[in-house]
Amino acid sequence: MTDLLFAGDSPRERAGGSTTKTIFPLSHYVSDAPFDPYALERMTPAQERFYMASEWRMVWWKLRRHRIAVLSGAILFTMYLSILFCEFLAPYDLDARNTDFIYAPPQRVRVFDQGQLVWPFVYGYDYRLDMSNLERVYSLNPDKPEPIRFFCHSSKYRFWGMFESDLHLICPALGRQLFLAGTDRLGRDLLSRMIYGARISLTIGLLGVAVSFTLGILIGGIAGYYGGWTDIIVQRAIEVVQSFPHLPLWMALSAILPVSWSPVLVYIGITLILGMIEWTHLARAVRSKLLALREEDFCTAAVLMGARPARIIGRHLLPSFMSHLIASATLMIPGMILGETALSFLGLGLRPPMTSWGVLLNEAQNINVVALYPWLMLPVACIVITVLAFNFFGDGLRDAADPYH
Amino acid sequence: MLSYLIHRILIMIPTLIAISVVIFTIINLPPGDYFSTYIAELQSSGESADLAKIAFLKAQYGFDRPLWAQYIFWVGGLLRGDMGYSFAYNLPVNQVVGDRLLMTVIVSFATILFTYIVAFPIGVYSATHQYSWTDHALTLLGLLGLATPSFLLALVLLYFANVYFGISIGGLMDPQYVNRAWSFGKAVSVAAHLWIPIIVIGTAGTASMIRRLRANLLDELQKQYVVTARAKGLHPFKLLFKYPLRMALNPFISDIGSLLPHVISGAAIVSVVMSLPTTGPMLLDALRSQDMYLAGSFLMFMAFLTVVGVFVSDIALAILDPRIRLQAGRRQ
Repeated sequence: MTDLLFAGDSPRERAGGSTTKTIFPLSHYVSDAPFDPYALERMTPAQERFYMASEWRMVWWKLRRHRIAVLSGAILFTMYLSILFCEFLAPYDLDARNTDFIYAPPQRVRVFDQGQLVWPFVYGYDYRLDMSNLERVYSLNPDKPEPIRFFCHSSKYRFWGMFESDLHLICPALGRQLFLAGTDRLGRDLLSRMIYGARISLTIGLLGVAVSFTLGILIGGIAGYYGGWTDIIVQRAIEVVQSFPHLPLWMALSAILPVSWSPVLVYIGITLILGMIEWTHLARAVRSKLLALREEDFCTAAVLMGARPARIIGRHLLPSFMSHLIASATLMIPGMILGETALSFLGLGLRPPMTSWGVLLNEAQNINVVALYPWLMLPVACIVITVLAFNFFGDGLRDAADPYH
Repeated sequence: MLSYLIHRILIMIPTLIAISVVIFTIINLPPGDYFSTYIAELQSSGESADLAKIAFLKAQYGFDRPLWAQYIFWVGGLLRGDMGYSFAYNLPVNQVVGDRLLMTVIVSFATILFTYIVAFPIGVYSATHQYSWTDHALTLLGLLGLATPSFLLALVLLYFANVYFGISIGGLMDPQYVNRAWSFGKAVSVAAHLWIPIIVIGTAGTASMIRRLRANLLDELQKQYVVTARAKGLHPFKLLFKYPLRMALNPFISDIGSLLPHVISGAAIVSVVMSLPTTGPMLLDALRSQDMYLAGSFLMFMAFLTVVGVFVSDIALAILDPRIRLQAGRRQ
């Protein structure tokens, strides 16, 4: 008798011992399919797409779930795209003066005329000079509806400096005016100037960040990789730069720029100044990451294989936290845009004819503007939207930067 | 603790020296000096400059000596409390600034106080009521504060304060108190004017402080000791204030270091807009007219304020948090 015990056998049954039967093991199952050693590791195409995704693809997946960040990204993309077409988008030229309409308030776009849905139009202005206090009074004239034209021909411009064109997205009715954001003290259309100003304000943030990104990676990389004395010196230097209040230092540096410089040179100078002070945070981040990473095995392996430091830092170490760096760089852009705005507002930054949002706000420098011409403060809406969008986008990017988490 | 204190002070000295070198370089970078601009200006308007006096001043302030000698002269003066000579005002800088330095300190200090008082309850509330409507609204408000250029906020607030509260536009006190000795009435007037700049300068800092406190507190609230304490039935308020809040408070103290440069930056531009009698507007003028000693001394003063602020916050942090104290001791 074989003493085979199966799980189902209870002790009592055995104790009874009345029926002892021989139990044969189950017949052995043999699969006759060909042997495939990777059978368990094989994935469905959908799984494969998921598991083999590159880091950046995963960052994108994670970012996509962050709805506000995606929306902000879309807004930013649109704004940067508009830079390319600002001549087309703006109803007027940058410096076109409408001398009959100085300090004209914004006109509202209407689509209902006497209860009927009609083509978008604005009411024309009746202008009168109030002789008692020399105030310019503009009153809407409901008898003068002025339909807005779309994709229309108006003032000529050279598109990208190459093609002659006169196509605009919106224009006023023929021989009429259209000031959706009002005009300034020279009668220049503020909306057009805001559209043109985006070109400078938006790019100055990007270029400034590019400068501090380069500086931060270079200096932080050297400090983190070599450690020791280099590290101590760099640390002290960062401390010195950080203990300066940024704005006064920016003011002092931009006061250095010679008055004789051309606007483009001043633009480059301001970009450099903005970038030269903001690099410290990035350098700190790079340094602390490198200090930890250089002890890793893959770094030692690279050293043993004879890779030069520049290659190790650039090829092996930096990519492992590049997404973090880009996220924090994105969060630095708003500070630069605000910095440029402040400098230009004080008259130390860009100077006309260069037009940025800060230069436009320079017009809104005194309290009279708030009281009499509040629309001159409209460029601030662009700044707030841009800064908010960059903040949300950067936040989303930062959360998505570590997709393996 | 004492060794930590000494260590910190020793670190401060080379930092300050480096800062002074940088500032001296910056103010000497523009081509020419105040005198050459001044003489050119006078000649273009057909007047004759008092060359003898200019030569005297030049010799007095060592303009003919090499740069390093000028630097040592300047720093030596600073150490003795002599901030040099303002050529634009024709007075020693000490007399020009008057109580502007004191006003800057008052405004900065009051702003930081405001930041703390506002950020603390809001941050705690946001963290304990995460994702509630109030939390979302407060977060949005904070972000708006972060995104609005402070100078414009200053203008608008100034206007409304004048329209609704009748507070005189610009300045830090009613006109009749300017250039008077400090009295109770003057202090009250300063307080009535101070709140606008404080709100304006403090908004951005407050917003970031709220975000940081909220994030820190949320991290702490997820930890197991909080769950344990809750399971034991500890009163929610006692639980919150006794443990997680204390842990989340560290950045509150250590942030003075990063807050102060922002506050001083903000104060500089806001005081230009509001013409406050602080260092900001005068620095702007000095930079424009190349009045180098005045500009340099102001920059140095601002940087000094920051360094001292960081120092104080480090010491406060070490007193509050034994981990930092011990770590610093071990490092030596």
